[in-house]
Amino acid sequence: MKIGVLALQGDFREHRISLEKLGADVKEVRLPEQLEGLQGLIIPGGESTTIGKLMLAYGLLEPIRAFGQTRAVWGTCAGAILMAKEIGRDQPLLALMDMEIERNAFGRQIDSFEIEIVVPFLQSPEAPYHLTFIRGPIIKQIWGEAQAMLSLPDGRVIAARQGKLFATSFHPELTKDLRFHQYFLELAKSQSTG
Amino acid sequence: MEQEVSGFAVKKGLAEMLKGGVIMDVVTPDQAKIAEDAGAVAVMALERVPADIRADGGIARMSDPELVLKIMEAVSIPVMAKCRIGHFVEAQILEALGVDYIDESEVLTPADEAYHINKHDFKVPFVCGCRNLGEALRRIGEGAAMMRTKGEPGTGDVVEAVRHARAVYGDIRRLQSLPEEEVMTFAKNIQAPYELCMQVRELGALPVVNFAAGGIATPADAALMMQLGVDGVFVGSGIFKSGDPSRRAQAIVKATTHFNEPRILAEVSRNLGEAMVGRSAVNLPDAEKMADRGW
Repeated sequence: MKIGVLALQGDFREHRISLEKLGADVKEVRLPEQLEGLQGLIIPGGESTTIGKLMLAYGLLEPIRAFGQTRAVWGTCAGAILMAKEIGRDQPLLALMDMEIERNAFGRQIDSFEIEIVVPFLQSPEAPYHLTFIRGPIIKQIWGEAQAMLSLPDGRVIAARQGKLFATSFHPELTKDLRFHQYFLELAKSQSTG
Repeated sequence: MEQEVSGFAVKKGLAEMLKGGVIMDVVTPDQAKIAEDAGAVAVMALERVPADIRADGGIARMSDPELVLKIMEAVSIPVMAKCRIGHFVEAQILEALGVDYIDESEVLTPADEAYHINKHDFKVPFVCGCRNLGEALRRIGEGAAMMRTKGEPGTGDVVEAVRHARAVYGDIRRLQSLPEEEVMTFAKNIQAPYELCMQVRELGALPVVNFAAGGIATPADAALMMQLGVDGVFVGSGIFKSGDPSRRAQAIVKATTHFNEPRILAEVSRNLGEAMVGRSAVNLPDAEKMADRGW
């Protein structure tokens, strides 16, 4: 299966490595024509302002929006911010998912943290997943077609799904645990358009 | 349920998020906004860029906390700030301000000629400079979560940045080719911790992200460093000492992303106005070489 990783800036290499371990054929996407033939796309962690501006400069916003109408797209951290329709400030967004995201919701870098959480929708759900939050966002509000998928113990939402669109405020690509990438590959494979 | 705040993984993790990006030196909140609007992944808040520190002489210290705080308020991207080599109290102050990364930097006047800061003591991550693999691994051994090759700051001359990047990656390639029984002697010769040498040998890379710094002034310089294998670039004096900072900053951001596409590099390099004037790094008197500070 051919999966793209948006490679404008951020930790795209870590996504690539995780996907390749699962046997996917991975393409780095920096220009619109590189979306051709892909079954899914990951928007990695990084700086959402930088990635957004580069998507705008190289004409990627509209093609990725169109891609997301029928195919799977997963945003991690900065990628999740770019997937949201609302973030309460002016910066270029893909605006694919019915959700509002708050950037840097936990504070600055010294407030970054790791936590072990049980994720019921993954394979072997009994084994907790090690989540890494780095100046991470939270999903503040959800409406329309989007569904909350995972929350912190205090109730704040950290993952959402809307058909084949998926967003997480943490970084599965920084762990060796491939279950989130496995989940995304299944999403990309599925025929339904949500 | 275990929750660990700011372990090494999250310290190193922020640097992972900066990869493929440009970190820009800024001396005012307005410059910080220009940098953010141009697509910088982070800014380095300081009172004077290295070119001015060189020109002014005197002792260069940590910036006024008021300035750092104003820059933190002005932008949504991470803010870094510099402390002097070995000045762990300046580092404590910067941590108390809530900066996202501390640069223990040779651009400022060293406060300790024998010891760098024990960076394991801090929750905030550190970036440090290096000229070769041994220096990089000594800093990582002290707890640095990100490296940058030093180059020669404030010159606009990329030659030292190239020398240091080639030295680091050349050392890594040599280390990878060694049989295991030769690694201890290699570690002794480059004065680096043995365990970290073993780790680099296995990874074929540094265990943390490595940016280039010191002398990058054009989009071509940034792409050159990326093609040599660094993960991103710091641009100090090169942007705000040039004729059209905003345009040059945007061009360097694009060149760092599309570093392997000469067609795009040609396009972004057009009509940028004057680059910083600069001075030859090789001809600097020894006393003015910032890269030789630290050990």
